[in-house]
Amino acid sequence: MAVMSYLEAIRETLRQELRRDPRIMIYGEDVGVRGGVFRVTEGLQAEFGEDRVMDSPLAEAAIIGTAIGAAVNGLRPVPEIQFADFIFPAANQIIQEAARIRYRSNGDFHVPLVIRAPFGGGVHGALYHSQSVEAFFAHVPGLKVVIPGTPYDAKGLLAAAIQDDDPVLYLEHKAAYRSLKGEVPSERYVIPLGKADVKREGTDVSLITYGLMVSYSLKAAEALAKEGVSVEVVDLRSIRPLDVEAIVATARKTGKVLIVHEDNLTGGVGGEVSALIAEHALFDLDAPIMRLAGPDVPAMPYSPPLEHAFMVTPEKIQQAALKLARF
Amino acid sequence: MAEAARTTGAERDLWVRMYRLMVLSRALDHRMWILNRQGKSAFVISGQGQEGLQAGAVFALDPAVDWLAPYYRDMTLVLGFGMTPREVMLGQLAKAADPSSGGRQMPAHWGHRARRILTGSSPVTTQVTHAAGLALAFRVRHERAAVLSTLGEGSTNQGEFHEALNFAAVHRLPLIVLVQNNGYSISVPQSKEMAVADVAARAAGYGIPGVVVRGSDPVAVYEAVRAARERALAGDGPTLIEAKTHRYTPHSSDDDDRSYRTPEELRAQKQDDPITLFREVLAAQGLWDDEAEARLLQEVKLVVDDATDYAEKAPYPDPATLWLHVYGSDDAPAAGAGRD
Amino acid sequence: MADNGLTPELMKEMYYYMVLSRAVDDRMWILNRQGKAPVVYSSNGHEAAQVGSAFALNRGEDWICPYYRDLALVLAYGMSVRDVMLHLLGRAQDPNSGGRQMPAHWGHRQLHILTGGSVVATQDVHATGLALASKVLKDGRVSVAYFGEGSTSQGEFHEALNFAAVHKLPVIFFNENNGYAISVPARKQMAVMDVAARAAGYGMPGVIVDGNDPLKVYEVTREAAERARSGDGPTLIEAKTYRFVPHSSDDDDRAYRSREEVQEWKKRDPLVMFEQRLTEDGILNDDNLTAMRQQIKDLVNDATDFAEQAPLPDPGTLYAEVYGS
Repeated sequence: MAVMSYLEAIRETLRQELRRDPRIMIYGEDVGVRGGVFRVTEGLQAEFGEDRVMDSPLAEAAIIGTAIGAAVNGLRPVPEIQFADFIFPAANQIIQEAARIRYRSNGDFHVPLVIRAPFGGGVHGALYHSQSVEAFFAHVPGLKVVIPGTPYDAKGLLAAAIQDDDPVLYLEHKAAYRSLKGEVPSERYVIPLGKADVKREGTDVSLITYGLMVSYSLKAAEALAKEGVSVEVVDLRSIRPLDVEAIVATARKTGKVLIVHEDNLTGGVGGEVSALIAEHALFDLDAPIMRLAGPDVPAMPYSPPLEHAFMVTPEKIQQAALKLARF
Repeated sequence: MAEAARTTGAERDLWVRMYRLMVLSRALDHRMWILNRQGKSAFVISGQGQEGLQAGAVFALDPAVDWLAPYYRDMTLVLGFGMTPREVMLGQLAKAADPSSGGRQMPAHWGHRARRILTGSSPVTTQVTHAAGLALAFRVRHERAAVLSTLGEGSTNQGEFHEALNFAAVHRLPLIVLVQNNGYSISVPQSKEMAVADVAARAAGYGIPGVVVRGSDPVAVYEAVRAARERALAGDGPTLIEAKTHRYTPHSSDDDDRSYRTPEELRAQKQDDPITLFREVLAAQGLWDDEAEARLLQEVKLVVDDATDYAEKAPYPDPATLWLHVYGSDDAPAAGAGRD
Repeated sequence: MADNGLTPELMKEMYYYMVLSRAVDDRMWILNRQGKAPVVYSSNGHEAAQVGSAFALNRGEDWICPYYRDLALVLAYGMSVRDVMLHLLGRAQDPNSGGRQMPAHWGHRQLHILTGGSVVATQDVHATGLALASKVLKDGRVSVAYFGEGSTSQGEFHEALNFAAVHKLPVIFFNENNGYAISVPARKQMAVMDVAARAAGYGMPGVIVDGNDPLKVYEVTREAAERARSGDGPTLIEAKTYRFVPHSSDDDDRAYRSREEVQEWKKRDPLVMFEQRLTEDGILNDDNLTAMRQQIKDLVNDATDFAEQAPLPDPGTLYAEVYGS
């Protein structure tokens, strides 16, 4: 099995999918000749031609709106939004069109569409190249939101998203692109959307998380093991739909839950997860549910001390989990 | 520039000031790249190649009353509008005293209320609708002033470009929209961005004048912006100006332009360097010579060194300020959300 | 007219759809006044533009992306009067949305009528995307986006035309310019006289046509479709027309336009003018007109009864069709 970076896993999946299904088409700003600003689509235009890997004008509503039309007319578009922070001009097309078309047409139409977008901070991207946008979109029925935390999951989730008949927002963490590496099988496989994964078994505290925070939580768990605290790490992988069963199971198992995400705290995924636990496993808990999240300031600042103050780190996770373990 | 001989003394003085501004801006820009290579600055985004048109444009405005809604390549423009080299370097090094954002935004995200420079973000073209709004306020209050908004040619494909120009045209707002067409939006050439040769052609669809000028000719840009400003103040509405220019650097310090354009193409563009060309024009008019050039370079070096030292020594923001300016009335979040 | 492919039979059919649409439209207003239909959006006045353009397309094969004023268009494109009435009354079998959307939010996959929302100009980019797929799949289809002049102020109008022009896509942007965006007159909507003037900024032809003359609309649409199919890219068509009724049953247009203005335009009612012309040409006569009117009356009565008796959606279906699997 080859060892690949998170970014390479995504690129190789795109390549494999483009080979598999001639209906798949990639387009967006700079994805063609330049191969994307992060080089995720590098080499794909050379292999598949401009009709299938295409540079588009700088206009996000047009990128998503045309992808909706192309999907209805028989293609499987996989458009890229260059940075998740730039998705908002297309929010109307995503929320009010793509996610509603099946419902509003009573099932007559559907939109098989995967929107890829790099998100997240810790890369000196400042307020407009660091955002976590998932909570805005996780609120929308009709849309699925997927966030891989490992190269292996990146591949299987992307293949699943592409074969899904509904619109999927597939968010890729920028800081994970090159820093995360792992074994990735060369053959095609799919990881069902809406299924969480226990990345580490433990008995004292559950960390429920997704995205870059999965690897950070595993680091924290490793450190805590040395202090005699046994930590379970649950990777949600899909934040819409959420895997209620897995969330409730881990809460029941350890009785202590820390939810970790980089996105702002208030109205974030953590609120939803803790509500599910409160509804289904309240009397199995041994401590109040804790959340560790990005602070409630508009977005991540650029200057190093401010960026660091914003970012959730393995150390911050470790401290919070220890506090919970000792409750 | 053939008419240079017939110009007044005041204009000649203006041209020298334009030239000095262009040279200062290029020198500061170079220094930013050095700081980036030294690991002192995480990110650089440049205006090298576009100094001439910006210098021409900014001297056609009145910084005492007009507003500027710039984009990230506009260092020359904001320097001409009153931002100092020290302030520019504070922003570049993300220090607490950075007037644009206190180190919160990436460099080149200009903003300075006292100098009438509107704060901008990274999603392109949002500033053009803002600029139309600033101009609307001028019209409503019957103030004689104009707004200059700038953007790249790629940004003209955004819906907000269209919405802003249409709005400004319908309400005859005192707005000047200056497109700095350097032929690339990051890696995508203009031919893949639009099916017309000139962005200015779009003006016809809004019922406003569309003007094409050579960006390496600061005087031509000066005259075009001045005419647009007069039109704006007379209540005749907005003007779309397209300056054909070049970008001599990659899109940013995170980009490598060798993957999408050839060195030959870049070399040819450097024949049209606004600084070299304008120096020759000034020299031909007897307004500039080698001695003046040497003196200017020395002067500029001192200014750039001073700004660099000053910014390097300036403190970073206190991490506790992360929580400031979320709202105006109460900077402490209600439930201490996310705060230990 | 021999060279444009329009036989007397086809022209008679065009007229039929225009009259049918007006009759259905009139009935919808009655149902609204009776309290049976909560809201009505009309195509009253736009029939020539809609039917003329529909006949220039390969109906059922080319994609249309209509907006809420396009009743005559969707009828000419094959939607039945019963389907229209089921939609108006929010019945379970409404093929447009199963009673989920407001009336006049057309959509019918089998007929190649794209579903639309209420936010204007979104369909411009969808039509461009349908055309992108046609270019890639080489299926020979043309897509047409229909929209009012007010929606051309939206950014998505601009993004769609630019995208389509850059990639030379087989798409037609068909503007039904009736001079009003609800209450806002065109002069407050744009600083140009003609929407078609905007085409120059994208490098595509902009064509102005009398929207009350179905034959002229047919001809310009046919030309645009041929241009699209031969790989020469998009066309912007502006059909100048007028809406004879308020924006919707919730609007009162006396607040923003004079009765004289409305009366002036009614002198150019597309139904009256086309009937005159076809009568002069011997295509219509008292006999076939009487028969046609009877047929339409029967159809509208049947559709009204059918829809009124049709069941409403089961509340249990509220959760259906959120996702496919």
